[in-house]
Amino acid sequence: MHLHKYEKLWLIFGVSSLIVFLTVLGIGAFYKGMHPPSHLATIDPQNVEAHEAFKEENLGLRQLDEDKYIVSVIASAFNYNLGKDEDGASVNNIRIPVGSTVVFQVTTTDVVHGFQLAGTNVNMMVEPGYISSLETEFNKPGTYTLLCNEYCGTGHHYMAATVEVYQP
Amino acid sequence: MTMINNTSINKDDSSLVMAHMWVAFVSLFVGGLMGLLQTLVRSGTLTLPFGIGYYQILTVHGVILALVLTTFFIIGFQFSLMSKTVGMSNKQRDSAWFGFWIMLFGTVTTAVTILLGKASVLYTFYAPLKAYPTFYIGLALVVVGSWIGCFTNFRQLYVWKKKHKGEKSPLLAFMVVINMLLWFIATLGVAATVLIQFIPWSLGMVDTINVLVSRTLFWYFGHPLVYFWLLPAYMAWYAIIPKIIGGKIFSDSLARLSFVLFLMFSIPVGFHHQLTEPGIDPVWKFIQVVLTFMVIIPSLLTAFSMFATFEITGRKKGYTGLFGWIKGLPWKDVRFFAPMVGMIAFIPAGTGGIINASNQMNQVVHNTIWVTGHFHLTVGTTVILTFFGISYWLIPALTGRKLTAKINTLGLIQTIVWAFGMSIMSGSMHIAGLLGAPRRSSYSTYGGTEQASEWIGYQIGQAIGGSILFIGIILMVYIFINMVFLAPKGHEEFPLAEVSDDAEPTPMFLENWKLWIGITVALILFAYTIPFIDIIQHSPPGSPGFDMLIR
Repeated sequence: MHLHKYEKLWLIFGVSSLIVFLTVLGIGAFYKGMHPPSHLATIDPQNVEAHEAFKEENLGLRQLDEDKYIVSVIASAFNYNLGKDEDGASVNNIRIPVGSTVVFQVTTTDVVHGFQLAGTNVNMMVEPGYISSLETEFNKPGTYTLLCNEYCGTGHHYMAATVEVYQP
Repeated sequence: MTMINNTSINKDDSSLVMAHMWVAFVSLFVGGLMGLLQTLVRSGTLTLPFGIGYYQILTVHGVILALVLTTFFIIGFQFSLMSKTVGMSNKQRDSAWFGFWIMLFGTVTTAVTILLGKASVLYTFYAPLKAYPTFYIGLALVVVGSWIGCFTNFRQLYVWKKKHKGEKSPLLAFMVVINMLLWFIATLGVAATVLIQFIPWSLGMVDTINVLVSRTLFWYFGHPLVYFWLLPAYMAWYAIIPKIIGGKIFSDSLARLSFVLFLMFSIPVGFHHQLTEPGIDPVWKFIQVVLTFMVIIPSLLTAFSMFATFEITGRKKGYTGLFGWIKGLPWKDVRFFAPMVGMIAFIPAGTGGIINASNQMNQVVHNTIWVTGHFHLTVGTTVILTFFGISYWLIPALTGRKLTAKINTLGLIQTIVWAFGMSIMSGSMHIAGLLGAPRRSSYSTYGGTEQASEWIGYQIGQAIGGSILFIGIILMVYIFINMVFLAPKGHEEFPLAEVSDDAEPTPMFLENWKLWIGITVALILFAYTIPFIDIIQHSPPGSPGFDMLIR
């Protein structure tokens, strides 16, 4: 099939840019390990407490190492369960020292939810039957809004909490 | 034997197409009104009366604009193209009407269910939120009705080919058949999830649903859906606009090639809507990301062809200089101006799409209102302005009236109003999304965080843009009514462009349907077989339905 000379140049330029672009994405994903959140572990959505991570006492923030933390969350309409404080009240704000590495692991007991920490790259879908997980590093102090960004019912927009990254 | 009338295609076919147009323009008005209400609610200035829910009107907005308006307009427009290029027998017209009534019945069934407040599940209806069964049954009927349209179009070209052995099919008929093939293959996915999973589950015949399987089948359909919207706009760009500007089609074979590439590369790519989901192997996500980006090639072909046509036409009219030919384009002809503004919008729209599909980068924007801003540029500007551009000649051509100078001017104003309102609304959405504001959410201060308070200003911006857009919708509905009832009788041209004399002959392999369908199916099997088996083999226990959460 005939192609105009300028069209050939245009396509060569376009396709080469595309190859460079996809190579960059591929290196990011496979060499640097920056895949989008794709945790494969499954769980019984009607019995999440049977899983060690989502037992009542393990919910919310736990310190694993000097600057390594894990946050376990059960999402349900229309609330993130981040465990209870010493007084037995529901936790709605998590405090993490700046420079920490944090692993979030989240599951849901009912419908699909979102798990987004506005202003960061923490953003993943939470689906019944699966554990969503991702690791991030907090290098900038501030208060970040944790919110549900997938429609989950009439109270969807009330589903929120905060993560406070502080300078110790 | 010919009856004297002013319509550009025969009267019976005109009635068929006009029936589709009526549904499309009524949908435009209803869906647009819902959109206006949403932006007002989100700006914090309006509370909906009578217990109407935000998510109820959001469901109406999505279903009626993304599914009903588009499908009816496209199928109607495509019937007019087929009637004009390959003709339509009485039997074919009967089957087209049959498909139309089934689609309309399905639409009404779904609409009533939503209006009764029993299906506020949004147009993506993600399980395990559970709507009343008639919501899914109505949607299934819309799809089945559209399949009748598909097979009517296939039959029309088949009959024409049998009468014209050895000739290449008319370009527009070829494009219509490609788009309907794309639609048929894609809707198999959504039909499968609705018929096999959702309907039995919502009727209580089974207790649980496999959520990830349903989402994967939905997005197998959801991405080609957007190309089903876009390709009719491309038909107008490639084969109608050259005539309107007084030029010719740059190359018949490149136009066909780009349509074939869209068929192949718009389906095996649904995972790029599921990039941040658990349960899908990231290697397969990446493979589908690569396949997604293949559609950039036919997009580049199209951009080149369009601007080549513009430049050649401008120069033929005597305009010289590097960019002087731009003056040779009929900027005051709304049939050109509206789609041209749509084309220009496709530059930022396409760029945003590339960002969204960029694998790990998707995390930055996924489910933020940036995405809403993106598709209000693609379907809400590029596609819809081209559809408006088509309406300015198609509707009068069907009703035997004229596009008057006054309506032409009003159309120019409508286009500018639309572009202006959309720049404000979509621009605010893009910025707010980058700051983290979520999509599909009613007004909320998120417990009074500072971040959430920063978003409010942009939400007010969306309401301003949305209000301007609604003025655009009122103008367009008035223009429609004028062209149907008020404009003077006369003959309006149905502009079909001819291929340039300089273009090379079209090679016959471009019509090797078995080859193109074979490659399309092979690519789908390659992209989906292994991950789909994986998803099924590693399925968690199913989910019961949650219908109280939407009441």
